[in-house]
Amino acid sequence: MVKFPSDDWAKAYMKALNENRAYEDAALDWEGDFLFVIDPDDKLKQRTAIYLDLHHGKCREAYVLKPGEEKKTSFVIEAPYGVWVRVIKKELDAIRGLMTGKLKLKGDMAKVMRYTKAAQEMVNTTTAIQSEFL
Amino acid sequence: MWFFIGPKVVFGEDALDYLEQIQGSKALIVTDRVIADLGIVDRVREKLKTAGIECEVFDEVEPDPSDTTVFKILDRLKDYEPDWIVGLGGGSSMDAAKTAWVLWENPEKRLEDINAFTPVSVNQKARLITITTTSGTGSEVTWATVVTDTREHRKMILMAKEIVPFAAIVDPKLTLSMPPRLTAVTGLDALTHVVESYINSWKNDFSDAFAMKAIQFIFEYLPRAYKNGEDMEARTKMANAATMAGLSFGNASVGIAHGVAHSVGAVFGLPHGLVCGVALPYVIEYNIPTSAKYLAELAELIGIRERDERRAAKALAERTRKLLREIEIPLCLKDLGIGEKEFRENFERLVRLTIQDASSTLNPRTFTREDIEKIYECIYYGREVDF
Repeated sequence: MVKFPSDDWAKAYMKALNENRAYEDAALDWEGDFLFVIDPDDKLKQRTAIYLDLHHGKCREAYVLKPGEEKKTSFVIEAPYGVWVRVIKKELDAIRGLMTGKLKLKGDMAKVMRYTKAAQEMVNTTTAIQSEFL
Repeated sequence: MWFFIGPKVVFGEDALDYLEQIQGSKALIVTDRVIADLGIVDRVREKLKTAGIECEVFDEVEPDPSDTTVFKILDRLKDYEPDWIVGLGGGSSMDAAKTAWVLWENPEKRLEDINAFTPVSVNQKARLITITTTSGTGSEVTWATVVTDTREHRKMILMAKEIVPFAAIVDPKLTLSMPPRLTAVTGLDALTHVVESYINSWKNDFSDAFAMKAIQFIFEYLPRAYKNGEDMEARTKMANAATMAGLSFGNASVGIAHGVAHSVGAVFGLPHGLVCGVALPYVIEYNIPTSAKYLAELAELIGIRERDERRAAKALAERTRKLLREIEIPLCLKDLGIGEKEFRENFERLVRLTIQDASSTLNPRTFTREDIEKIYECIYYGREVDF
């Protein structure tokens, strides 16, 4: 079990993403890094951000930003901790979450809309990790 | 949390008379040459005149409307400044009207900025009425449009919850002029909406309700409407079924059959409904491992009595092939006139476009590139999907 969110979880996610053939197929020519921002709620006390360097169907780097550290990325997905947990548990479809405003996406939307399958596989991959929640 | 979004639906014989009741001063009718030549534009113009509304007509929409056509309509809107936009015709005219409407209302947005995650403003300059003259697309009630990107030769699916018409007019009399082939392929589009909506990842109680009734109508009335275009009962039920199918998939989604149809349509220029229909039995078979239960429910609704869910789902695929034969539609892409050399030359592109197509994303069975390659082999040669 890997605690979510944590640097170990980020590394486990990178490994799982790199083993996901469907993701690789869908993101073959994708270039752009992501930040998963997990906002505090009644369970999580501190804002946490996971950086992902995604390039041509592979994740080249993944880590948790240090407290207070800022990083400019092409895309940001942001939601409270409880929403992320629901996504990872597959209780909430991430694209529906984005459409209903439970998750916020910042970045070039037109580009994302061309890679909806890749986005879906990114989310599916979170469910492949044996995550431990707060 | 989810939504069920739809416009006011005015349906039944003489639903077109509704236009006499609307209030305003100017309307732009967006349509195609065929509809104009059939005299349907004149009928619409007459109704609007009764309502005291003057109008102009843009009748240059082509099948699978291009971004260029949308920009031409946008220019007309800027010049004429109507308070009503009437999308009149099949999906192409309605989609072109919807898209130009959104761009006119949101001058800061590019075409590619119309997406499901960003709200758009509508109804500030004009309201939209859709009038369908075919029974298939469902575009009259959906909050999505499909436009061809002429630079990249691909179909863009543009969605926004706000782009719902003020009213959708579903008058079966307007479908009487459809020739048998068009009746068949548009009906297959509606059938594909129903099946893919009922099994996809976003299915919900509301979308299911419309799909369940629509599938019964389509299997019963499509062959009748195909064989006798003057059969008013069949035309009425097919018109209603197509709109119900639109309300269903518009509030759920579709799947790989649509991804294939968009891709084959973009590459070979074949009609959307035709490719949807040809692809559907194979896509049903592909989805049996994840969706046998739902496919069996649909099978039961059209009278297939089979206790085993997988066998019932398979029977649904076979019944769909039987329907295709009844309405004289080939069962594989090869028989649609796509040469083997042409198919091979475009194979990689077809696979890539299908994977990237937003419609494919919500297919219930998660697919790999290899799956899509195999599906194309099956659809092209008419081989059963058994993996």
